[in-house]
Amino acid sequence: MEEFKVPPPSRVNYLNAEYGLKSWLLTKDHKRIALLYLGSISVFFMLGGVYAMLIRLELLSPHGQLMTSTTYNKVFTQHGIIMVFFFLIPSIPATLGNFLVPMMIGAKDLAFPRINLLSWYIYMLGGIVTIYALLAGGVDTGWTFYVPFSTTFSNSYVVATGLGVFISGFSSILTGLNFIVTIHTMRAPGMTWFRLPLFIWSHYATSLIMILGTPVIAITILLLAFERLAHIGIFDPAAGGDPILFQHLFWFYSHPAVYIMVLPGMGVVSELIANFSRKNVFGYSFVAFSSLAIAVFGFLVWGHHLFVAGQSVYAGMVFSFLSFAVAIPSAVKVFNWSATLYKGSISYATPMLYGLGFIGLFTVGGMTGLFLATLAVDVHLSDTYFVVAHFHYIMVGGTLLAYLGGLHYWWPKITGRMYPEGWGRFSALVVFIGFNLTFLPQFVLGYLGMPRRYHYYPDEYQVLHVLSTAGASILGVGLIIPAIYLLWSMRYGPIASANPWHLPGLEWRTQSPPPTENFEATPIVTWEAYEFAPLDEMEVVGRFTETELDAPA
Amino acid sequence: MAESYVEEHEVTHHRALQHHFENMEQQREAGALGMWVFLVTEIMFFGGMFLAYTLYRRAYPQAFAAASNHLDIWLGATNTVILICSSFTMALTVYCTQVGKRQLQILFLILTMVFGATFLGIKAVEYHDKYRDNLIPGRLIPGRPFNPAVQQHGEPQDPHKLHLPEGASVRQVELFYWIYFAMTGMHAVHMIIGLGIMAFLLYFSIRGRYGPEYHNPIEVSGLYWHFVDIVWIFLFPLLYLLGRHMEGHG
Repeated sequence: MEEFKVPPPSRVNYLNAEYGLKSWLLTKDHKRIALLYLGSISVFFMLGGVYAMLIRLELLSPHGQLMTSTTYNKVFTQHGIIMVFFFLIPSIPATLGNFLVPMMIGAKDLAFPRINLLSWYIYMLGGIVTIYALLAGGVDTGWTFYVPFSTTFSNSYVVATGLGVFISGFSSILTGLNFIVTIHTMRAPGMTWFRLPLFIWSHYATSLIMILGTPVIAITILLLAFERLAHIGIFDPAAGGDPILFQHLFWFYSHPAVYIMVLPGMGVVSELIANFSRKNVFGYSFVAFSSLAIAVFGFLVWGHHLFVAGQSVYAGMVFSFLSFAVAIPSAVKVFNWSATLYKGSISYATPMLYGLGFIGLFTVGGMTGLFLATLAVDVHLSDTYFVVAHFHYIMVGGTLLAYLGGLHYWWPKITGRMYPEGWGRFSALVVFIGFNLTFLPQFVLGYLGMPRRYHYYPDEYQVLHVLSTAGASILGVGLIIPAIYLLWSMRYGPIASANPWHLPGLEWRTQSPPPTENFEATPIVTWEAYEFAPLDEMEVVGRFTETELDAPA
Repeated sequence: MAESYVEEHEVTHHRALQHHFENMEQQREAGALGMWVFLVTEIMFFGGMFLAYTLYRRAYPQAFAAASNHLDIWLGATNTVILICSSFTMALTVYCTQVGKRQLQILFLILTMVFGATFLGIKAVEYHDKYRDNLIPGRLIPGRPFNPAVQQHGEPQDPHKLHLPEGASVRQVELFYWIYFAMTGMHAVHMIIGLGIMAFLLYFSIRGRYGPEYHNPIEVSGLYWHFVDIVWIFLFPLLYLLGRHMEGHG
């Protein structure tokens, strides 16, 4: 059982190997860069959260008493732009992915450490430009920047905001490029493709979308900016241009971008479900290939955003069919996670609570997506709160829950400290309840006809809006609690052992926090992913105990 | 050969080997794959413009033919030849680096840069011609909107005037010119970046950094340069040639 020996905790790790601001701002260590990202996306998440609370407060009353229509337009636009481009897209890949991709495959770093650091600077530059646009006067086009409103009629900072999004896109291209090359060329000896943790498979699929989709949004925003500045006419029907072309180009990226957000979450959940049921994932290769299938199908369904935009009915039928097809690999994942739980030895630690929450909420989000993919139903539901509720179930119920689950799960590895378990479970519950109370009423609202992006509404919708706002407050509390105790635990949490969950993954076979080069020596992998039997045997004979792990060899 | 004195068991590291790679081979592989992946993103980036071109060409074939015929095919063809030559010299640079012929490596690198610069020079002449004929689309140049003189029936032939066939409008021609400027402009930006990369390579080539053991940067930059050439190979027929048969050369 040589391979389970974990090096004794040493005082030198990636966090204290060097000190000072410069050692962080010029670091090439993927783990430090992950923390830089973690800090910055948390700031953007809080900013986006403030906008979300403003939206919910405004919708408490039916006659828009808190802000003018222009302000409201800006608030929901900025909520969308900040959350999508500056939180959800980098959330899991740039933090957990950055930290874990090299560790899980047994590499010292990502293939291009300098490009990795560059991607963070690009992200920050894009963020600063966007924040400048918000401070200068904001933007009111909706996060989709639809023409001709954005090119001709809007009196807000469209070009500056677009520039911010354009710039930040390159950070996600570089992250995707780095992951693909790393996973191809940097795997430790013995780490074959089918021994990779599913987290890696889903990040590989995500990276494919990042490199194929993001350049298209870049050129789209560039064309939009020139159109707005120079009025050339490429999206202007009066000049022979086609506004639908903008929608096609925009959604060619922005629909796959949904999978940039949710696929890494699926990777995290695969880890959580397998590891907290102490069982190999049911149908490993199906789960692995379903990630790739989602990435491929994801590129062929963008037209379902254009069902009522003047797209041909036949194109609509094809896109509708293909959108249904995406449900197949997604369902494969849900079924396989459920089958993994069967007869597993499940422990309800905080990360697992988030993981189980993900499965439930993602299922609701996915199923309602099928309603919207149905042509006739979509005519009724298009641009209503049903759509809003649907994509929040995917993005918040899916991505955010997976992100929080993953953050708790790897927190001991990242910081070397445990988070308080009681508080963790409590806040996971609060988040789940708050989330459902916020967005379940919105399905009903949308079905009844409440359009999105409106702040004046008939009085009879108020009850549901009040429920939703109440839920949002609970959700807000549920997010503030972890923010406090995670920060607290960085200093006062109990010291974490190298492998607090007793798991076989490579990232648990090195000290917590890891040394700068991740492993004492390049690991040689002789086991399959999620192979718990040898670990469990050792536990039975008492060889795999905390004391032994932590004692000097 | 200092390396040969080192004991066999001891791993010798090339000074260009970065700490997180196991060996030069892994580093080379990662670099090459990285560039290929980057080129895929470039294809998608240009893809958006190719889509716009396809869409509008199908919508306005007459206007696109007329606008295309107004481009200077000889300058475009010359540039095509020049770029192909530059790709050839770039390939020779890579070869000479691999076999360790440093003088030739530097010579071919300089030749590649000269070809690249010539291309940009000719492109500038073309752009200036368009500027003179008021063919810069929209309000890209303040105070000089898109406003070409249109050839009227019975007027003597004037190469500076736009020959508009039946069913084509000036705004449709403007769409063509926007796509022309967007695509060739983006291509030129890539050329300029490429020249910057080559200046960097030249500096380190003269200092003798690249040789048979370490030629990854040259190879990878070569891939980039060939890609930029290939984009032009698509742009030239799409913008200059397609539709020339549809009317007299004007």
